[in-house]
Amino acid sequence: MNFKISSFANRTEIFGFLVLAVLIVVILPLALDIFRLNLIGKYLTYAFVAIGLVLCWGAGGILSLGQGVFFGLGGYCMAMFLKLEASTPEATKIQSTPGIPDFMDWNQLTELPWFWEPFHSFPLTLVAILVVPTVFAYILGVAMFKRRVGGVYFAIITQAIAAILTILIIGQQGYTGGVNGITDLRTLMGWDIRTESAQYTLYFVNAFLLFVVLLVAQYVRKSKLGRLLVAMREKEDRVRFSGYSVANFKIFVFCLGAAFSAIGGAMFTLQVGFMSPSFVGIVPSIEMVIFTAVGGRLSILGAVWGALIINQAKTLLSEAFPELWLLAMGGLFIAVVMAFPNGLAGLYTTYVEPRLPKFLSGNGGKDADDDSDADVPLASKQAAE
Amino acid sequence: MQTEVKDFVLSVEGLTVSFDGFKAVDDLSFYVEEEEIRVIIGPNGAGKTTVLDLICGKTQASHGSIKFRDTELTDLSENQIVHAGVGRKFQNPSIYEDLTVFENLELSFPRGHGVFGALVFKRDKEVIDRVEEIAADIFLSDHLQQPAGLLSHGQKQWLEIGMLLIQDPDLLMLDEPVAGMSVSERVKTAELLQRIIKGRSVLVIEHDMKFVEDIAHRVTVLHQGKMLSEGSMDHVQNDPKVVEVYLGH
Repeated sequence: MNFKISSFANRTEIFGFLVLAVLIVVILPLALDIFRLNLIGKYLTYAFVAIGLVLCWGAGGILSLGQGVFFGLGGYCMAMFLKLEASTPEATKIQSTPGIPDFMDWNQLTELPWFWEPFHSFPLTLVAILVVPTVFAYILGVAMFKRRVGGVYFAIITQAIAAILTILIIGQQGYTGGVNGITDLRTLMGWDIRTESAQYTLYFVNAFLLFVVLLVAQYVRKSKLGRLLVAMREKEDRVRFSGYSVANFKIFVFCLGAAFSAIGGAMFTLQVGFMSPSFVGIVPSIEMVIFTAVGGRLSILGAVWGALIINQAKTLLSEAFPELWLLAMGGLFIAVVMAFPNGLAGLYTTYVEPRLPKFLSGNGGKDADDDSDADVPLASKQAAE
Repeated sequence: MQTEVKDFVLSVEGLTVSFDGFKAVDDLSFYVEEEEIRVIIGPNGAGKTTVLDLICGKTQASHGSIKFRDTELTDLSENQIVHAGVGRKFQNPSIYEDLTVFENLELSFPRGHGVFGALVFKRDKEVIDRVEEIAADIFLSDHLQQPAGLLSHGQKQWLEIGMLLIQDPDLLMLDEPVAGMSVSERVKTAELLQRIIKGRSVLVIEHDMKFVEDIAHRVTVLHQGKMLSEGSMDHVQNDPKVVEVYLGH
């Protein structure tokens, strides 16, 4: 029998990737005004988190209900840099202590706390955006996965951490800006991020980073590590007794998800112009799980669609019937879990793909070994045999 | 009396484990020689599976020592025990149903077991050849690209045996390898086991006496966590204590 080396992506995936790229890079910027496009950019920052959740939860079976923590840490790191830049002594000369952020002055702080100091430097900030959430995820991962904490217990603990971090941020108003968050951000190294042209630029930077993250996620899924995650989700003991340290793989994928979320958080701050605890806590963390579930927790492209569609629906529905949105989202989540557990991506592979012309179909009969990602339901795999 | 010093691949001494005061394995000692096929039999609840759990590190011993050659296994983690050369098959076929047969075998290939190693692992000729070789051994050459979930029960058992073989362990532990198989599958499995146990030490738990008779060099009979009898199949079958336990209830 003749095998080809597992390729990077099958045709369905390449097709899906291109469609998404054309939509995000060409169609949306042409069709929408900058206000709406900026909103789309904001939705896409949630997609970073959703992609991380596909790897952790969809592939590895590790459900984190605290991804907002990492999104928030990334966002706060960026916001701290921007806030320091906006708090020059000249701009803050009416304060009793000029040169520190305004909320610190209101809270009777007279000097910048030590942990704010590194955020004077942009390179250090970029490092912090990636390193702080990843190291935090690493500590959590070691503490829990080495002790074999998993499943529901892991989910509850991550949720508790999201709650704790929110309370901490709100409580330490003088250091964090409290419940209002860090607001009134203006320039990035002298470049005004509030102008229309800057918002266009940031939208495209965000889109570029999103595709980089998608490619990294695709590489991980197609590597042996990706197959191990699926194996661990199914039979953790068998993986352990095949000579793998299961905890190390869980820690890795949890850290990777955290790093993705942090990039999303930083881009959120840049595009929206502020960061607050309302993007850190339990509710946003669970919303991010819902985006992933609706889009399809086994598909990284599905996760992006989920983040886009749910947020667009949220905006439209909240404009028309503000009180209905939460009910609608709750109902949608229940419907997805009950009726189509693989989300939109699952519906696509089951109903749409078989009707597409053969050259677009991933299961052209010759690359059955590409289906390692298991996002094709067994029934259709059987049909492909 | 001076006896010749034998090479033991596995020395279990004074092994005890208690779950909330209940001693599932109680002061058990036995020795497995190089290239020996040892079968553990005993009534339900005798502690057979627990013994395998203790050896492979799934359960921590309360007392006693398990030596694999010169390595004390009770100090090692599960994956270190595997790397020391001990492979274990579970009672229920334990395979990855969403992955293909090929991928199931590939994941057990002894390379790229670290996080970084798994990220850069390449499916090269060595891997493919080895997987195909093992697949031929376990009668699954025609099923390599099938999701493992679609295999029959017997084929799943073979696949798990194959996943062990590809690790090439020195000590192979099999928990009821022919349970739930049809007659023809059972015959094929016996033949498969006869073939793969050459040059290895094997520890098997099995209820099927015909099968035990076919393969066992020596038999250890467990009862309530203790050793009841040990020796050749003939010896234990005629041991009054064994007859009592099996027929007395």
